[in-house]
Amino acid sequence: MARKFLSGNEAFAEGVRLARPQVISAYPITPQTIVVECLSEMVEDGSLKAEFIHVESEHSALSCAMGASAVGARTFTATSSQGLLYMAECLVYASGGRFPIVMMNANRSTALPWNIYGDQRDSIALLDSGWIQSYAENAQEALDLALMSYYIAEHKNVSTPYMANLDGFVLTHTYEVVEIPTQEQADAFLPSFKTENKLDLSHPRNLGFTAGPDYNTQFKYKEHLGLLRVREVVEEAEMRFAEIFGRRYTGLTENYRTEDADFILVTLGSISGLVREVADELREKNVKAGLLRLRYLRPFPDEEIVRTLNGAKAAAVLEKDISFGGDGTVYTNVTAALQKAGSRLPVSNYIGGLGGKNISAEEIEQIFEELKQGNVKTVFLGLGGEDA
Amino acid sequence: MIEILWHGRGGQGAFTASRLLGASYVLAENSYALAFPSFGPERRGAPIRAFTKLDDRPIGNRSEVKLADFSIFLDDTLFSEAAFDELKPGGKILLNTKNIHNDDRIVVVDGDGIAAEILKLPITNTIMLGALAGVFDKVSVAHIEEAIRQNMPEKLHEKNIAAVNAAVGAVRKEAVG
Repeated sequence: MARKFLSGNEAFAEGVRLARPQVISAYPITPQTIVVECLSEMVEDGSLKAEFIHVESEHSALSCAMGASAVGARTFTATSSQGLLYMAECLVYASGGRFPIVMMNANRSTALPWNIYGDQRDSIALLDSGWIQSYAENAQEALDLALMSYYIAEHKNVSTPYMANLDGFVLTHTYEVVEIPTQEQADAFLPSFKTENKLDLSHPRNLGFTAGPDYNTQFKYKEHLGLLRVREVVEEAEMRFAEIFGRRYTGLTENYRTEDADFILVTLGSISGLVREVADELREKNVKAGLLRLRYLRPFPDEEIVRTLNGAKAAAVLEKDISFGGDGTVYTNVTAALQKAGSRLPVSNYIGGLGGKNISAEEIEQIFEELKQGNVKTVFLGLGGEDA
Repeated sequence: MIEILWHGRGGQGAFTASRLLGASYVLAENSYALAFPSFGPERRGAPIRAFTKLDDRPIGNRSEVKLADFSIFLDDTLFSEAAFDELKPGGKILLNTKNIHNDDRIVVVDGDGIAAEILKLPITNTIMLGALAGVFDKVSVAHIEEAIRQNMPEKLHEKNIAAVNAAVGAVRKEAVG
């Protein structure tokens, strides 16, 4: 085990290297570029034995990954923002085809206005594409998720592609200390990829076929079940991971000081670290504040959310996205889960960090302050100006 | 938490210095650091900032440094009185300059002079990192040397380590004199 000072992109690339993918196809886009550069250097210097395929677009990057996966190769690609949107057609192809491709997405705003900075509107716009979606908080978790993603995606009960999201710049370009497992440890954790869902000359079969109205629902239902089974496979993967690497993760969500909390902020990604610090400060002032971090958005952690928020006086969802003309999409999902469970908890929606706008500790403190008042509202952080 | 604000121009290595500082700090037990540049397009010669945060526990706040314990200027043309507005009470400014400043809050070092002598290049990032180690005892010179070995190309090790030590000597002499 080595300790290194790495950026989120570099840490993720280390995790991918340890997972021994056989085919990498990618097209560069800021702020994802570095993960692809690192992997191409690893292939060049021989520390990763993989086929690295330079493609001409993101659409081709994922098409290429699908082709590789369809002959049974472990595959990786990475993208961001407009690149992810350009891939959208292929995303549903990969999930419908049940190809367990792993993709890193560096969360970045979408145009227009043109903006290279981080928010989560890119991946959240594609929540319905049938991919597993995780959101890392820091570089260590990013590396660990790179390894775990293959275990989860390739599990025979799942066989679903996996999108590992890292906040652009604040996570992809920020350096922090990361423990890098040894190859022996990684090999002990991650079995090689075996699937029957492949083109094989000795066992000929048809992949990527048509299913009309008679059978389409059954296919889509099975796809849905594959995603629902991710919950138990995440649990299994994390137990094995803890045994080998000593780091324990907590499933689809992570709770921080929520047991006795009156006010809980639900959020995802790298802003969670700051919410944790603010919760600590508020506890010093006798405000019972807590954090519920959504580590996964698909499958959606509805049971975990209902369990954690049960007993709170009020909650808020802080997210870096907005479904224009509706609410924040994470908010819509959280409130639907509560409504199904018969909860009447007041939940407010805070939209922040759009186009890389900083979210400050003071703003998070203010959210908790407003939760005390108990009325449900939708607030855009960082609007500023008198006209806002 | 100790917060360091780096000022330089594109190409002067301010971000590399911020990263080397973080990498050296985490070599000690129970030490955590974040290092990052001001994000966005890069242009040679344009003013850039970089940030290092140091603490004895994991750091959750990834926002830019607003008030610094140490504000370090690789280039004195970037320094102005406004720099004091971004300094914590008791904070210090480390300035690469040949000028004299009669202000307790400013530590001067002739980084360009050291660079010309040792590196033979007008690059002062590791020199200003050394200057920091000279005035701030929680950053060990041995760990900076180790971080240079781990994170810089091998051909740069020897000269940069010499430059770091020259800067440590220069600021300590300054403090005594």
